[in-house]
Amino acid sequence: MNRYQLDARNLLCPMPVIRTQDRMAALQSGDILEVRCTDPGAMQDIPTWCRISGHEVLDSRIEDGDVVVTIRAGGPAGSK
Amino acid sequence: MTQARKAVALISGGLDSLLAARLMLDQGIHVEGLNFYTGFCVEGHTHAIRERRRDKPRRNNALWVAEQLGIRLHLIEVVEEYKAIVINPKHGYGANLNPCLDCKGFMVGKARAWMEANDFDFIFTGEVLGQRPNSQRRDALPVVARESGAFDRLLRPLCAKLLAPTLPEREGWVDRDKLLALNGRNRKPQIALAESYGFHGYAQPAGGCCFLTDANYSNRLSDLWATRGSKHYEIDDIMLLKVGRHMRPAPNFKLIIGREEGENNYLGGYRGRFVHMAATSHHGPLVLIEGEPTDADVQLAARLTARFGQGRHADKVTIEVTDPRGGSRLLEVSPLPSNEIPPSWYL
Repeated sequence: MNRYQLDARNLLCPMPVIRTQDRMAALQSGDILEVRCTDPGAMQDIPTWCRISGHEVLDSRIEDGDVVVTIRAGGPAGSK
Repeated sequence: MTQARKAVALISGGLDSLLAARLMLDQGIHVEGLNFYTGFCVEGHTHAIRERRRDKPRRNNALWVAEQLGIRLHLIEVVEEYKAIVINPKHGYGANLNPCLDCKGFMVGKARAWMEANDFDFIFTGEVLGQRPNSQRRDALPVVARESGAFDRLLRPLCAKLLAPTLPEREGWVDRDKLLALNGRNRKPQIALAESYGFHGYAQPAGGCCFLTDANYSNRLSDLWATRGSKHYEIDDIMLLKVGRHMRPAPNFKLIIGREEGENNYLGGYRGRFVHMAATSHHGPLVLIEGEPTDADVQLAARLTARFGQGRHADKVTIEVTDPRGGSRLLEVSPLPSNEIPPSWYL
């Protein structure tokens, strides 16, 4: 299991989700990705994308004004 | 038992594609959705920028639809590729700068490529015959099927009974009798169907899901191209056209004026790229100046900046003018009276 970070600040919906999706596609099951965003919509959209994509949201919070979502990759991450 | 056929759906986030996908799921089809981000999508950035309507959920409608359906959704950025569609549409524009027929052919073509790469069987959309004057005319639907390369692997479940049978129907992958014959602009059948399925809270944007169908937005884009002398754009250009009040007092410069805190915050992200100004003596907007203003233009822009702040009735307002590198100066100006602002300045 590896931990990764993704800086999606200063991107607006739906780009934080797209960047998350594309990054998750390269991860192995069980890997963890922490995504940091400034778009408040990411607080809802990234967890929604995770639910329909088989990934687990471990935590979502506001930190220093940023939305931070921590995800654990599910099965085959981000099928194309 | 035969393996379920697999279909890729174009999911806009609106009601029609939601219903079309539900019809396919009801027939036992494995469905996955595609949603394309062109840069002109209405919902994405507007809800992130604007402060107003905070009571409304900040959600991506395509993701919401996918979750309602229980399907996977693949979001695909096509900003660069899409420029050719907007700048030089083979089939021309609709009522505004909306290249709907080219756009549909482009997106179905991308879906066709995805279908082939992922070993899916067919594509479907939420199109309704006669609902849109440009891309959903009877003579336009075959154009999309042909130019996308999808041909008869493109199914429109909501109006399929009004069209020739497609491959999925002829092969018995889907039961044509269970498809629909919706026609025209009346939305009542879709609303009734949504009710019957128990779908509530779906999006119904008045002008569709694309800014290019909006007359005001198209006017701003036309102005951008006219003043630059060529039809090109970058992503930041088309983002800024969505934000604020735009005024062009002269061909060599225009003002982008924040209308609320959310827009001011968003425009603030561009301070390093534009001359910008804001009142220091009163509350008011952040204003970006795009172009090459003369000193007299900057003076006029400062008076306009004062006009749109809380000092609009004051004798004098102090405006801080800052260049992109951070150097600033103060101007004391009288707000420009509204009767001295020609309507033609507003974009």
